[in-house]
Amino acid sequence: MSMTRISVSKNSGTARSAHTDEYLIKDEPYYEPIGQEIAVFEAAFHQQLPVLLKGPTGCGKTRFMQHMAWRLKRPLITVSCHDDLTATDLVGRYLITANETVWVDGPMARAVRTNAMLYLDEIVEARKDTTVVIHPLADDRRVLPIEKTGELLTAGPEFSLAISYNPGYQSVLKDLKQSTRQRFVAIEFNYPAAALERKIVRRETGVDEAMAERLVKFAGMTRNLKGSGLDEGASTRLLVHAGKLMSTGIDPRTACRTAVASALTDDPEMIAAVNELSASLF
Amino acid sequence: MNLSSLTAAELEARLDEALDPVLSSRRTAAPLARALAGIERTNQDFVLKWVDIIIKTNSEMAYQFAARAPEAFRLMNLPAIEAWIIHAMDVYDKQGLYPGCSAFGQLEAFAAETAEAAHSVTLDEIRHILELFVQGLAGRPLKVEADPETYTDTGTLFLPVRLYQFAERPDNFRLYKAMAAHLWAQTWYGTYRFASGAPSLTETLAAFREPEKALRLIHALETVRLNALIARELPGLYRDMQELQQLIGEVRYPAAWEQAIQRLTKPKAGVSDSLALLPGLYEGEVPAPFCFQGRLMPERAQHAMQERLTREKELFREALAQSSNESAAPSPDTESASKEKSRQYSVEQVPDPDHPGQFTFMLMLDGQPVQPLADMRALMNSIVQDLGQIPEDYLVAAGAGGYRRQADEKRPEDVWKGTYHEEGAFLYNEWDHRRNHYRKHWCVLREINVHPAHEPFVARTLAKYRGVLPQLRKTFEALRGENKLLKKQVNGDEVDFDALVEARADMQSGMELSERLFTKLQKFERDIAVMFMVDMSGSTKGWINDAERESLVLLCEALEILGDRYAIYGFSGMTRKRCELYRIKRFDEPYTGQVQERIAGIRPQDYTRMGVTIRHLTKLLNDIEARTKLLITLSDGKPDDYDGYRGEYGIEDTRMSLIEAKRAGIHPFCITIDEAARDYLPHMYGAVNWTLVDDVRKLPLKVSDIYRRLTL
Repeated sequence: MSMTRISVSKNSGTARSAHTDEYLIKDEPYYEPIGQEIAVFEAAFHQQLPVLLKGPTGCGKTRFMQHMAWRLKRPLITVSCHDDLTATDLVGRYLITANETVWVDGPMARAVRTNAMLYLDEIVEARKDTTVVIHPLADDRRVLPIEKTGELLTAGPEFSLAISYNPGYQSVLKDLKQSTRQRFVAIEFNYPAAALERKIVRRETGVDEAMAERLVKFAGMTRNLKGSGLDEGASTRLLVHAGKLMSTGIDPRTACRTAVASALTDDPEMIAAVNELSASLF
Repeated sequence: MNLSSLTAAELEARLDEALDPVLSSRRTAAPLARALAGIERTNQDFVLKWVDIIIKTNSEMAYQFAARAPEAFRLMNLPAIEAWIIHAMDVYDKQGLYPGCSAFGQLEAFAAETAEAAHSVTLDEIRHILELFVQGLAGRPLKVEADPETYTDTGTLFLPVRLYQFAERPDNFRLYKAMAAHLWAQTWYGTYRFASGAPSLTETLAAFREPEKALRLIHALETVRLNALIARELPGLYRDMQELQQLIGEVRYPAAWEQAIQRLTKPKAGVSDSLALLPGLYEGEVPAPFCFQGRLMPERAQHAMQERLTREKELFREALAQSSNESAAPSPDTESASKEKSRQYSVEQVPDPDHPGQFTFMLMLDGQPVQPLADMRALMNSIVQDLGQIPEDYLVAAGAGGYRRQADEKRPEDVWKGTYHEEGAFLYNEWDHRRNHYRKHWCVLREINVHPAHEPFVARTLAKYRGVLPQLRKTFEALRGENKLLKKQVNGDEVDFDALVEARADMQSGMELSERLFTKLQKFERDIAVMFMVDMSGSTKGWINDAERESLVLLCEALEILGDRYAIYGFSGMTRKRCELYRIKRFDEPYTGQVQERIAGIRPQDYTRMGVTIRHLTKLLNDIEARTKLLITLSDGKPDDYDGYRGEYGIEDTRMSLIEAKRAGIHPFCITIDEAARDYLPHMYGAVNWTLVDDVRKLPLKVSDIYRRLTL
């Protein structure tokens, strides 16, 4: 995780805001709404409610966040959570320079200070004690206490918090605590309907309609296998990968084999079956 | 060393002795011996060795083998002969003596197949791939099974055991795929789907002079239709199927078929078009079949469909009743009963946005769309696949009397009361060290519940050990995750001031500034899943059983403190057909009063067939995610079962099952009270993976202690 240095001294406000420019999204990220999610997110933003994005991997949650950040003209700070992510990583820590210790904001403190949009991706991957630090930010207090510096940051009206979560993981260990989940407005995501998914694949990859149709059909076949050896079917993201390979001249069967089948699973029989499915379409 | 061949007389003496039970005055070993006298000594030894092995299974099989062995040496090499023997023994295991003998008899066919083996593909290798493939295509999951005939009954695809028609292996695989796809298409594109009231296919065909010819014609017509559908929907698959057919020769249609083909290749064509065309083409010739089309078996399909329809109708109506109960539940007033009656289900056809021209079905309750659960949706899809719609009479929620289905629900306890059936049970291979091969699907295992005993056994045990309990708890508390502050880290949460001061001093004196200036809190996490496998054989009767139960009580106390995930299963059984695994505590189950009652309810049962138990528990452990997986056996003796599972055989099978477990990343360990354990446990578990508790009364405390040391 790269960390921008921000000194705690109170007079460096200008330096700080300069740094958030790099988090601003200038060009509109392509996003096709599947329901009311844009309106709901905007309403939650204006009402200062945190948002939970639920849905399988690769269905467009992160893209949606980028799109919303662009739409609401807020810098977007994304943290991909992992099981070694500590509260310190999120809030900040002291670092040592030649002669003194310097406080460095973590992404969370930085987002609060700069009124950015904070997006914690795959929140359940983080350690349980880590998720708790977002609690005071995620209810009506909207504050972030920083123990080590004794500061209490209060979030401005334009700060917003969103987390994402894939309920598909069956593991009990990777479930979101009630005390966490009940602070959020939940928006459910799923793979788009076939027609919409075709449109997305065409738009993102430049393959023609016939090819997009077959790719989407292929995704449907892999989704038929969910629960019979596959944890998830092919996501829209994988289809886009395959489509991109195809549009640069890779043979469709090879594109599906490398971008989809092998990406989905390591089970040789399942790979063989998925390859046969793609071969039956192309 | 060049040994000379055994003479006929020597061989006869050996065979006479070995095959005595199946020899008589009319059937002597002399002709066998004469034939075997002519082969090399090493081959003679091979034959005698295998005769000895097969005799342990069945003497007649050994005789059949010896009689055909000389011929086998003419036709095949040693590995192929061994494969032939194992194949015949498998047939014997599964189907009995007569088919087993005839498997030995089909020596030439086997040799021919083996010669083709280089390019042949067996169904066993690819069955799972095909199952996944057709499930991916669309529709209800279909099983794939081996059968001499290639056909489908709409629930299972029956395919040949082995294909070697083509000279190249990939082509033989393609043939399998094409067969599976064609049969799948019959189920998906409605070859057996008829409007209600219309005569069934068998009835229609019976009206013809030669029903057999009519059947072949209708199959040819359907193949035209299905090929066209596959060409449209699955172009890559179609290409494969056609290329394959071209290797054999194209299928040519008589001129009279031209119009029929035109009609059948239209997107909307259905089985009714094929039926309508049949009379007009009946007098003409039947076109040659495609290499992948197999046969049409309408009776079997109708039978399977009928069975499924009845079952699914019942299930569907029950599911409706359940979902309407759930939605009506919050209103406890008396009116609700009459309200419920007026609740009306209906199904609406909605144009499918993804497949123009097709429909999806939406379930409505009182005019409002209902979101069916995943399994209900699967049920609806399966019904629509069979009938093309959901008929009115399906939409009546099952009444309170809908308990009928329970009658044919299979309760594991009942299995042994009536005739055997293996439905719903787990089948496991067993290692036969003499054959050096697995016996396939040899053991039938079921999970059953321990009958809970409502006695205060746990409280009694805790009271009995109250003197040592605090100590026990303390030791385990000490084991529990301790957080450790790591100093002098490159990265960390806090500044390590000691290190910093040191580094400053170093720097002042001109040395390099150390990078290790942080402290980091390391969380200690025990990521352990442990499976306890408790011997419930008859020999544990009395104080061993008590000691086992007490051990479990103390163990649960300890494990609850540690927070390790654990499961407890008891095992027993009698013969390979009745291996039983008693659930005491599953991984996902908390340590509740119920579990305590089950521990109290552990009673000695029958025998100990360990291999199959270990295989099943390995499977359960595989489903658990943990860094360390343990399989701990509490045992009082050697593996032993009624049907010859003892001595070397039992030990070798158990050993093999443990090797399989280790291969799956599981650490097996055995705690035994058998003082003779030294003779066999090291061979089974490995030199260090077992321990002997010589005094049964010490077992309860020892077990916890052993566990502690094991996971330190």
